[in-house]
Amino acid sequence: MKTDWRERRHRWDIRYAPYAYIAPYFLLFAVFGLFPLLYTAWVSMQDRNLLDGDAATFIGLDNYVQLLTADPYFWNAMGNTLSLWLLTTVPQILFALGIAQLLNRRLRGRTFFRMGVLLPNITSVAAVTIIFAQLFGRDFGLINWGLELFGAGRVDWQAGTGSSHTAIAAMVVWRWTGYHALIFLASMQAIPTSVYEAARLDGASAWQQFWRITVPMLRPQIIFSTVIATAGNMRLLAEPLLFNPGAGAATGGSDRQFQTAALYLYEQGFAKFDFGYASAIAWLLLIATVAITGLSYLAARRIRTD
Amino acid sequence: MRRTGTVIGVGLLAASLLAGCGDASDGKTRITIGLFGNFGYQQLFEEYEKAHPDVDITDRTASYSDHHKNLAAHLATNNGAADVEAVDVGYINQFKANPGQFVELKSDIKDRWLDWKWEGSLSKDGKQIGYGTDIGGLAICYRRDLFEKAGLPSDRDQVSALWPTWEEFMATGKRFAANAPEGAKFFDGGPTVLNAIVGQAPTGYYDKNDKIVVGDNAEIRKGWNLVSQAVADGLSAGLLHSTPQWNTGFKQGQFATLACPAWMMAKIKDQAPDTAGNWDLAAVPGGGGNWGGSYLTVPKQGKNVDKAVELATWLTAPEQQAKVFANAGLLPSAPKLYSEESVAKKTDPFFHDAPVGKVFTDAARALKPQYQGPKAGDVQTEMGNAMQRVEQGKQSPDESWNQFVGDVKRLED
Repeated sequence: MKTDWRERRHRWDIRYAPYAYIAPYFLLFAVFGLFPLLYTAWVSMQDRNLLDGDAATFIGLDNYVQLLTADPYFWNAMGNTLSLWLLTTVPQILFALGIAQLLNRRLRGRTFFRMGVLLPNITSVAAVTIIFAQLFGRDFGLINWGLELFGAGRVDWQAGTGSSHTAIAAMVVWRWTGYHALIFLASMQAIPTSVYEAARLDGASAWQQFWRITVPMLRPQIIFSTVIATAGNMRLLAEPLLFNPGAGAATGGSDRQFQTAALYLYEQGFAKFDFGYASAIAWLLLIATVAITGLSYLAARRIRTD
Repeated sequence: MRRTGTVIGVGLLAASLLAGCGDASDGKTRITIGLFGNFGYQQLFEEYEKAHPDVDITDRTASYSDHHKNLAAHLATNNGAADVEAVDVGYINQFKANPGQFVELKSDIKDRWLDWKWEGSLSKDGKQIGYGTDIGGLAICYRRDLFEKAGLPSDRDQVSALWPTWEEFMATGKRFAANAPEGAKFFDGGPTVLNAIVGQAPTGYYDKNDKIVVGDNAEIRKGWNLVSQAVADGLSAGLLHSTPQWNTGFKQGQFATLACPAWMMAKIKDQAPDTAGNWDLAAVPGGGGNWGGSYLTVPKQGKNVDKAVELATWLTAPEQQAKVFANAGLLPSAPKLYSEESVAKKTDPFFHDAPVGKVFTDAARALKPQYQGPKAGDVQTEMGNAMQRVEQGKQSPDESWNQFVGDVKRLED
C-alpha cells in the first residue's frame, strides 16, 4: 500500500515535475510576452486614442492598409531602419572578428583588454548617445574639429541622411562590437590548435588561416551575432531619439532623415496619441524583424565550412 | 539598442513604484509633482513642508516632450502619474479632451486668473482640469556686449526703438551681421523667431472650430517668408531651441538676440550663468504676443488626490505666483499682481537690471489670447522642422512650406 503510493508519486514526479520546473518561464512569457502581443494585435484593429480607450472603434485592417499603401513616412522610417541595419551589422561583425583575433594572441594584460572590450556595452545607452551627439556636434563637435584640422570641411551631421546614419551607426557599433568580439573569442579558443598546425605545415599564411579556418569554424557564432544584431537593430530607438533632442525629437530630424521604424511607432503612439496606428506599426515591425532575421540567418549560413 | 526596451521598462517600473508608495516610512504623506524645465518651485516646496509637517513633496523633472509623453502613457495605463502634473499650453487641449482622467477642480476661485487662462484648461463640458501657473508674454532678450561690438546701441530703450516691426528687426539684424564679432549671429534659430511671430497673430494654427488653418493663414505665411529671408541673409545661428547645441550656443555667444517669453529667462540663467549682466531685455517687435505657459493638473489615479489638490491650489495662488516671479521670473497668470509693486517694479541683475516686471506686465496687458487647438504642440513641432529644413539648406522655403502644409493635414486625420 505504502510502496504503491510512493511508486505513484515517483511516476508523477518524473512525468510532471519538469513541466513545473519550466512553468515559471512560460508563465512570465504569457504575462509579459504573449498577452501584450495579442493585445497589441487587438488594439491595432481599432481607431483608438491613447488617452481615451472607451471611445475606441473597431476598424479591421484599416490601419494596416493605411500604413502599407498611403503612408510615405512609414516607408521612410523602414528605409532608414534598413540602412542603419546594414551600416551597423556588417561593421559590427567584421570589427568583432578582428578584435577577437587580436585578443586571441598571447599578449600582456590579456584579461584587462578582454574586460575592456565589454565596457562600452555596460554603459548607459542614454549617456553614450548624449556624448556621441556632442562629438558629432556641428559647431563645437570634436569630430568636425578633427575634420577641419585635416582640411576637410565641417559636416552638419544631423542635417544629412547619410551623415546622420553614419553618426548613429557609430554609436551602435561602438557599443556592441566588444560584446560580439567576446563571443567570437570564446569559440576561437575552442578551435583545436592541431588544425592550425596542419595548415602551417601546408604553408598557409596567417591571413589564409584566418579566413579559411577561423571564420568558417565560427559560423554558428557569426549566425548568432548576426541574428542578435539584426533583431536589436530593428528596435533602434534611443540613439535616434536622443541624437537631436528638443521638441521635435520624435520625428528624427527636420525631414525625418533618421527616424527609424521604432521611433515612428513612438511618435504615433506617444506624440500623436494614436494608439491603434502605433500598434499596427508594432505588428508590421515584428513581421519585418522575423523576415529580416531569417534573411540574415540565411546569409550568414552561406559562410563555407570547407 | 537591444537594451532600450529594458531601460525604458525599468524606468517606467521604477517610476510607477515611486508613485505607488504614497506614504513615506516616517508617516508623512508623500506628494509627487511632475514638472518640466524650471518652475521656480524649490523654495515653495520647503515653505509648504514647513507649514504642513505631515507632507513630503517629491518632484520629478523631465524635458518638455518627455514629460508630456510620459504623462500620456501614465494616464493611458492608469498607473504611474505623479499626484500633481504640470501641463504646458501646447498639450493642455489634448488632455482636456479627456477630462475624466483628471480631478475636477473647484471654480469658486476662478477670479484669480486671467479669463483666457482659465478657459484654456476648461473642457468642452465645463470641467476645470488645471489651475494656471504662468503665461508666456513676449520680449526680446539681447546680448549688450555683442551689440556694442557690432556698433549697435546697447541701451534697452534705444534697442526697443530699433524694431517696432519684425521687418525692422531683421533690418537691424543685417546691420548687426555687417560688423558682428566672429561666430555670432543675430538670432538663435528660425523656429524660435517664427514661434514669436505666430504667437502675435490673432489666429494661430487653429480656428475656433478646431480646424487647422495654418496653411491658409496669411499672417503666418508672411512671417514665414520674413524669417526664411533672414535665414538666407545669414542672420540665424541655425540652432533649434532646447537642444544641447542650443545650450552650447548660449555659452559660446553664438547669437545676440532671442525671442523671450518670461519663462525663457530662467532657461538662460540655467544654461549660461557666466553671461550674467551681458543680457538685457527689449520690447518685442509688433507688441504683445504669447508663447507657452502652464497649468497644474491632478490626475484621478493619484493616491492622495485631496492633498494634491490642496498643493496645486496653494502653488498657483497669487501670493505664490508672485514668489515664483521674484525668484524665477515666470510671468504670473493672476492679473491682480500686475499692479503690485513687488511684481511691476522688479528688476533683474542678470539682465543688466532690466525692469523685467514692467516689460512683462506690459506684455501681459497687451496680450490678445490666441485660440490653441487640440494638437497645437504637434503643429508647432512640424513648423519647427519645416523652418529647420530651410536653415539646413535641405529645401527651398516654398518646398518646405508645402511639405509643412501636408504634414499638418495628416494631424487632422
